[in-house]
Amino acid sequence: MYPQGYRYTKDHEWLAVEGDRGRVGITDYAQKQLGDVVFVELPELGRKLATGERFGTVESVKAVSELYSPIAGEVVEVNTPLADKPEMINQDPHGAAWMIVVKLADPALAGSLLDAAAYEALVATEAK
Amino acid sequence: MVPFGGWEMPIEYSGLIAEHMAVRTAAGLFDVSHMGEFEVAGPGALLFLQRVTANDVAKLGVGQAQYSALPMSTGCPVDDVIVYRLAAERYLLVVNAANIARDWEWLQSQQPSGCTLDDKSDTFALLALQGPKSEVILQGLTPLDLKGIGFYRFAHGSVCGQEAIVARTGYTGEDGFELFLAPDAAAAVWRGLIEAGRPHGLVPAGLGARDTLRLEARMMLYGNDMDETTTLIEAGLGWIVSFDEAKGDFSGRSVLLEQKTKGAPRKLIGFETTERGIPRHGYPVFLGDEHTSAVTSGTYAPFLQKAIGLAYLPAARASVGTELAVGIRGRRIGARVVPTPFYKRPR
Repeated sequence: MYPQGYRYTKDHEWLAVEGDRGRVGITDYAQKQLGDVVFVELPELGRKLATGERFGTVESVKAVSELYSPIAGEVVEVNTPLADKPEMINQDPHGAAWMIVVKLADPALAGSLLDAAAYEALVATEAK
Repeated sequence: MVPFGGWEMPIEYSGLIAEHMAVRTAAGLFDVSHMGEFEVAGPGALLFLQRVTANDVAKLGVGQAQYSALPMSTGCPVDDVIVYRLAAERYLLVVNAANIARDWEWLQSQQPSGCTLDDKSDTFALLALQGPKSEVILQGLTPLDLKGIGFYRFAHGSVCGQEAIVARTGYTGEDGFELFLAPDAAAAVWRGLIEAGRPHGLVPAGLGARDTLRLEARMMLYGNDMDETTTLIEAGLGWIVSFDEAKGDFSGRSVLLEQKTKGAPRKLIGFETTERGIPRHGYPVFLGDEHTSAVTSGTYAPFLQKAIGLAYLPAARASVGTELAVGIRGRRIGARVVPTPFYKRPR
């Protein structure tokens, strides 16, 4: 369910590190909690994010949820087509519905995030 | 599940948008047993209801229902209600779950005479079958001739073998029925409807879809779109206020009559956004640079596929086409006053 190579936060974002860059999205658990996503707001290119900083918003019909950066870095890519197809977040949260790519301030910091097994355990507790 | 008026209720079953679309195109089934029911009975029932409700209760024949409200002397409602005339001298008031205690106290304070007032909320379960396929689904489960039950009419009969009041009322902007049942009969009727409705596309629907459906149809939510600070005229509910001499005086009449004649200072309008963003309850509303009010209800409208909302605006600046802005997380998103209801079902 949760890709083995990704890292995860307690706020239900994922981070896929590729060299000195990290791709960011929200987890399948997060999209299920939200329900039908109808709106997403993403940051501008070049924005510098601290770990845990708010970088955008995702809204379902029933709820508003803030997006927090799992790691510090500069926004170098934004998945702008997502704004026109927010339902992609429900359909493919770990793939096509990635949100931003950040150039990592310190790639080693990714190691402090949850791995897939630890995240699955977290979700299992929350779902109870 | 979320707490709602003292009940635990599901926001959604299969998914809010799927449930919303099912009600618009086929049918949905809601458990709305949380609603309150008061019975008013006796020779003085009509007179009492004429004094405490806004609409003309004398217009109701047995088997008819009427949307109304309980205005205070300020012309602002304690609640909005539906009045059902069960028998010559017996009426049922259906009230909002969150207001049951308040409504009860209010009605007692209005000194009912020649009639008794009973809180029957615990003796009724209420299921709402809503959507264009409602009639064909329900007809297979009842000997009542549903074609004979017009809009805002009701009849007593059996559904799935259980005694019910079958009313052609609802809160979605679609055709449909509300079924008043004994609590221990409700589960069987729910299952019977789900089973019989499945081939027609019936799905169970939750509070989430109930809210988006009613808002597309511009039906009001007490506590959001009107409350004890908004008059019925301001809320656009002048059509449920009767100034007929035959009705006589009622709580709030003079204020409401003055507003009806001279115009109210503000007006509840519908708007849609002209930029991306979803307005929600409580978000600030601006006319030019002036912070005028707040969104009373707002949502992404699944059937219309746009973001819509309701807000009070000064009457002089409330006409269709007026540009306004909604503050969403510190940014101002453009919006425009549009005619309501946002959605009207094809007939």
